[in-house]
Amino acid sequence: MSDTITMSYVVPGNDFTRAGEASSNIKSMLKKMGVKPEIVRKVAIAMYEGEINMVIHASGGTIDVIISPEEVLMILEDHGPGIEDINLAMKAGYSTAPDEIRSLGFGAGMGLPNMKKYTDELKIESKVGVGTKVTMKVKMS
Amino acid sequence: MREFVNSVHLNKDLCKGCINCIKRCPTQAIRVRKGKAVITKEFCIDCGECIRICPHHAKEAIYDSLDVLKEFDYTVALPAPSLYGQFNNLDDVDIVLSALKRMGFDDVYEVGAAAELVSEIARAYVSEHKDKWPIISTACPTVVRLIQIRFPNLIDHLLPLMPPVELGAKIACSIAMEKTGLPREKIGIIFISPCPAKVTAVKSPIGINRSEVDKVIAIKEIYPVLLPLMKESIHNTEELSRIGRIGIGWGGSGGEASGLLTDNYLAADGIENVIRVLDDLEDDKLDQLEFIELNACSGGCVGGVLTVENPYVAKVKLKRLRKYLPVAGTHWDDNKDSQNIYWNDEVAYKPVFKIGNNMRESITKMSRVEELCEIFPGLDCGSCGAPTCEALAEDIVRGVAKEQDCVYRLRDYIHKISDELLRLDMKDE
Repeated sequence: MSDTITMSYVVPGNDFTRAGEASSNIKSMLKKMGVKPEIVRKVAIAMYEGEINMVIHASGGTIDVIISPEEVLMILEDHGPGIEDINLAMKAGYSTAPDEIRSLGFGAGMGLPNMKKYTDELKIESKVGVGTKVTMKVKMS
Repeated sequence: MREFVNSVHLNKDLCKGCINCIKRCPTQAIRVRKGKAVITKEFCIDCGECIRICPHHAKEAIYDSLDVLKEFDYTVALPAPSLYGQFNNLDDVDIVLSALKRMGFDDVYEVGAAAELVSEIARAYVSEHKDKWPIISTACPTVVRLIQIRFPNLIDHLLPLMPPVELGAKIACSIAMEKTGLPREKIGIIFISPCPAKVTAVKSPIGINRSEVDKVIAIKEIYPVLLPLMKESIHNTEELSRIGRIGIGWGGSGGEASGLLTDNYLAADGIENVIRVLDDLEDDKLDQLEFIELNACSGGCVGGVLTVENPYVAKVKLKRLRKYLPVAGTHWDDNKDSQNIYWNDEVAYKPVFKIGNNMRESITKMSRVEELCEIFPGLDCGSCGAPTCEALAEDIVRGVAKEQDCVYRLRDYIHKISDELLRLDMKDE
């Protein structure tokens, strides 16, 4: 019997109204598993931000969430345009989101800063024109 | 941990074992087992949705009968503001209150009056606690219960004040004792309620250690008794009302929030909408707001399952009633008692949906749930008695259901057996 459970999601890029479904699914699952409320909150927010980013910038991608007794590991991969300057993208308030997305209340430039704030580890690997891989870790204690 | 109480009851004789209620329940608290609906007490938040949807009227709310008036030497009626929205062409609340006295109550104290006092304290609390914005209203017991079992991160945002009915009961009780000199147990404080959730809130209060309400009767039970008495009261009304626009407004969605005299609020009603707002709030999407008013029933308290009138019509009637009233009819004389309206009991997270006792166990069980979901047809047909395939998978893992409860799995199983029998038969020949 394995000590981890892996949940895999395909995030569709063409339907903005479905953005956030994967993180909401993980949130309810972690609650049922008895994970501490503050940990659930961190995972839910960080994953939501990552998921939304994928939809806005990369026309979707895949998310694997690996839950173990020690941590929640989230791996988000897309084949979007990639991030030119990761340091700049990490700055609060910086955004390249298009206007029609901003009109929905997104694009405040808080995506990556929030992902950093709510995780214990954040790794971003990105190649312009190839895609982006974001790895986030939230420890259980 | 206090025992879980709820105020929705199943009339087994009327239940046909259909799947309407299991599908509607927002917390998936109902299963059909052996042809009858069963409510899991821990999951039930008394929202009344199953009472609304049941085509056979098998779901009943529990409340007291009108006979309870006889159990006390002195009785005080506590009418909810939603009561005033039930009557056609009513333009004076005193007609309702006078009729209540004709019915046999010795006195009345309006819950709406207490609501105005709650609004006064809430205004101060909200402006003094910016760190807790948005503050979530706690007047609807169903919402508080829901947050307690499903949104633990939001407990800290709850407005820690007793609901108007409790404050009203406290005030009514001290007025009655002073007036009559009777001991507490001879006085009956009787709430006239729009919903079963408030019945539960009296038996098992949240945030306060005990309720001052002695009995709860339903608006729909008192309505036919009041009508003729109101006709008698029209030309002979006593001046009893001490309510203003704010107090009456509390009967409908948005009323409590408007009593805070701020624009920076959101008011959502209807249990599914409430859940959506709480989900977004939990994900930090609504942090700019000062206050969030949530009512489990569509339209607010006027939409309670124990009311008579269409909630939206009732709201119009309340609007008409408040037209020429002062903003508030009741104020704190001085602040001598206002401290007592704060919660005095801890509101703790109750993880009733937890699937394992520790993470390792949860992971194992959750993996099993996922495996089962893969082999179920995913139709969410409800034939097994659970609302969704996933819910059945969880029930199996919790040990309260089995795989063959799924009619599709059962069919496969029977096919397999018959194939094997056939094969054995062929061998014999």
